[in-house]
Amino acid sequence: MADEVVLLDFWPSPFGMRLRIALAEKGIEYEYKDEDLRNKSPLLLQMNPVHKKIPVLIHNGKPVCESLVALQYIDEVWNDKAPLLPSDSYLRAQARFWADFVDKKIYDIGRKLWTTKGEEYDAAKKDFLDCIGLLEGELGDKSFFGGETLGFVDVALIPFYSWFLVYEKSGNLSVEAEHPKFIAWVKRCMEKESVSKSLPEQEKVYDFAMLIRKKHGIE
Amino acid sequence: MAKSDVKVLGAWPSPYVMRARIALNIKSVEYELLEETFAPKSQLLLQSNPVHKKIPVLIHGDKPVCESLIIVEYIDEVWASGPSILPSNPLDRATARFWAAYVDEKWFPSLRGIGAAQEDEARKAAIEQVAEGLSQMEEAFQKTSKGKDFFSGDKIGYLDIAFGCFLGWLRVTEKMNGVKFLDEAKIPGLVKWAEKFSADPAVKDVMPETDKLAEVAKIIMARLRAAGASK
Repeated sequence: MADEVVLLDFWPSPFGMRLRIALAEKGIEYEYKDEDLRNKSPLLLQMNPVHKKIPVLIHNGKPVCESLVALQYIDEVWNDKAPLLPSDSYLRAQARFWADFVDKKIYDIGRKLWTTKGEEYDAAKKDFLDCIGLLEGELGDKSFFGGETLGFVDVALIPFYSWFLVYEKSGNLSVEAEHPKFIAWVKRCMEKESVSKSLPEQEKVYDFAMLIRKKHGIE
Repeated sequence: MAKSDVKVLGAWPSPYVMRARIALNIKSVEYELLEETFAPKSQLLLQSNPVHKKIPVLIHGDKPVCESLIIVEYIDEVWASGPSILPSNPLDRATARFWAAYVDEKWFPSLRGIGAAQEDEARKAAIEQVAEGLSQMEEAFQKTSKGKDFFSGDKIGYLDIAFGCFLGWLRVTEKMNGVKFLDEAKIPGLVKWAEKFSADPAVKDVMPETDKLAEVAKIIMARLRAAGASK
């Protein structure tokens, strides 16, 4: 029986992008459904009644919610190609730790970079750069967090690059100036088709963010 | 492996530390518990968890593993010959991980919200939230236990550990607020489960006594109120 895979997503969502990349890496065919988050579909409400959020991976009718949970699910089910987690238990724990770090820090701090001003912004800017520095340290001399190929942490993190124009333009921030090694890693990721095809253009994301900012009266 | 090869850096009141200890107990792994001193944080803590500086830290040989649920998965994988903690089916694993994330990101913060509430209205709202979360978990329990004793079926597993570690704090909150959360009429499955979980051999020696925990709670709540008042 052929696998039926549906992805409920929203084009600027870095969490959705994670699953797009993983599915592409594994060569899995799927149906992409873009949600209007102001008017959520009955399918989304049915498949994620607890959080009503995207992304939702629907595999043969069964939903998997929460992007890192779905990433592990994809890795476990389609385990014949492009493994995301390493086989060594300690390295797996390290990969999970850093993906969790991305979840705890990058989204929330990144959000402050374009929705706050003054002292709050300055603190967020420092925090953000500190986090990038820590990630750069963890990457070390490796091509990717996963070694020679994209791994769990790479897939968890690279989607946020599509938001960098939003993060940088909103204030006086240049990630490349402070952390060139990090941007070198970004460029290596973007050379992969699974990544470049899964991330929207930064300008498009920027326009979207500015619309949101205007709508909520944040200037 | 020798006992000194496995250490848990933690503190007895912490539900997160409990998770690591229960997992090790399930696998019958001997370990040394190092009670963290705090104020100031120990050198060992700062060295082994420089990023978050939080407990628990599992130190295996000389390698630190941080974040309680990540520690539980690590223990399950390393001591693979012992009883399984995570289910074997990928969809069941995803379901267990989903609910564990729900407990950590939504439910336990709502429980903490009761202690942090400054006025009665806020406290009532927080209590309501916790009760709603418990109804949600009751539903999850009915679905995943499939009529058996635990979220994981016949024996305790990942989600039992992830959620059950908060029972001590739930009981303390009941006591200090004069509210009954573990109500048979409302969440019958969870009430039975709570008793069985607390009595499980892997759990009973690491589940803190409610009265002792209540003493700790008083200190924490005083600190939270002071922090809230000074804003």
